[in-house]
Amino acid sequence: MNNALAISTIVIKELSRRKDFYVLFIMTAIITLLMGSVNFFNLQGISKYLKEICLLLIWISSLAIALATTARQIPAERENRTIFPLLAKPVTRWEVVVGKFLGCWFACGLALGLFYLFFGALALTREGQFQLGGVFQAWWLHWSMLAIVVAMTLLGSVVFAAPSSNVTIVFLGVASILLLGRYLHKIAVSMTEPGQTLLSICYFAMPHLEFFDVRDTLIHEWSVPWWACGVASLYACCYTLFFLVATWVVFRRQALN
Amino acid sequence: MLDHWHDGYSGMSTILKIDNLRVEYRRRELGQPINVAVNGINLAVETGEVFGFLGPNGAGKTTTMNVLLGFVNPTSGSCALFGVDTRQPIARQRIGFLPELTYYYKFLSAEEILRFYAKIFRIPAGEVESRISEVLKLVELDNVRKRPIKSYSKGMQQRVGLAQALINKPDLLILDEPTSGLDPVGRMKVREIIQRLKEEGKTVFFSSHELGEVETVCDRVGIMCAGQLKEQGAVADLRQRYQCDLERVFLKVIGYQPAHG
Repeated sequence: MNNALAISTIVIKELSRRKDFYVLFIMTAIITLLMGSVNFFNLQGISKYLKEICLLLIWISSLAIALATTARQIPAERENRTIFPLLAKPVTRWEVVVGKFLGCWFACGLALGLFYLFFGALALTREGQFQLGGVFQAWWLHWSMLAIVVAMTLLGSVVFAAPSSNVTIVFLGVASILLLGRYLHKIAVSMTEPGQTLLSICYFAMPHLEFFDVRDTLIHEWSVPWWACGVASLYACCYTLFFLVATWVVFRRQALN
Repeated sequence: MLDHWHDGYSGMSTILKIDNLRVEYRRRELGQPINVAVNGINLAVETGEVFGFLGPNGAGKTTTMNVLLGFVNPTSGSCALFGVDTRQPIARQRIGFLPELTYYYKFLSAEEILRFYAKIFRIPAGEVESRISEVLKLVELDNVRKRPIKSYSKGMQQRVGLAQALINKPDLLILDEPTSGLDPVGRMKVREIIQRLKEEGKTVFFSSHELGEVETVCDRVGIMCAGQLKEQGAVADLRQRYQCDLERVFLKVIGYQPAHG
């Protein structure tokens, strides 16, 4: 774990010294704050729409940050050949995978925390109240979902040749799960065999990222039971571990030269 | 487990041992023959030796080094460092490695990269700063320790490489063409450092194409060609046996025929 944590600090240092990370972050922050300060047509209840748009923006930005930062981690190590002096130390490939995952996931969590702070500030200015518990739950579930996405992207980075193809494929996969995942079993019921069985297998095997989407509860100030948050976190842990082990299985057999 | 082990014949302690090593690479194209990069080499390096690993390009030196460092698994045979199979990460606890070109995180400073590697080697927190200062002074980079590596010249980057290879006070140093691409002053500095390490009793295993340099600093050399270790022995013995300097020994061993005489 010592080595994995050391590698994760390098990942965070690298991200903190890159400009593109800040550009995306500042853009999202400015748009969120601008939207919060504008009152469209003096409409009552407009804040709910603004909150929805802000949350959508946060989701898109966080996905972009997670994919862009993770996809190039292992390929860049190999391309710049920094993997050689690293693996010449008493470091295993599993520790490299876990270190990269932790670094990217912590960085995403930090960015996400700031995004949700902006969101909280927006809610406070528009409605005069800050739903601390709800915002924390949304942040935590969102971050748990990003753990699966980061692990999935790491797997893609050792399977696909180019980071750009990895980003595209994982983004399409994640978007499909978020938009269509919950309807797959309903579609399966209306199909004939073997399509029905295949689609049902897909439905039960894929990570249901939509479980972590609590935007509606936050907008309408409902609440999610804490036990449900716990179950969702456990669910995220299982899928993250699965993708990390799969990454290691592929990566440990790859020749480095 | 990590202690030096004795070969049972000469009574000397062997730090690095290669037994009948064979490495094959399968080609991606179907029907293509397997490429044998290393073909049954046997080698032992004793404590305190400076061993020069020579050979023309494509001879299999880098592949052998890659097996020693655990980057590539042997097809058959075995490699051990301090008696531990090189496939186990713990075998690399007491070695320092300098790659041919500088492959370091360019966004970090020399100090930061050494702190990172010190953490990997689990050097006690109280010792880290003094160890960093010590190696940076040795490679004469103490005054630029806070500058990012990307702003360093090639020679300076190579010296950062040496500093990171020395951070754990290794008993064995593996250097892959340590003076490649350096100017004469840079080469001289690296050579002086190797000489100093030799005086401190460190074992050094290095590959090089600079035969003059090898002749100056090495106790023994091994000459590889076409995946096989064609010759090995003390530099003085080889010179005496072939009745010529190391460069000519090398050319004779690899079977090079000069066009004119």
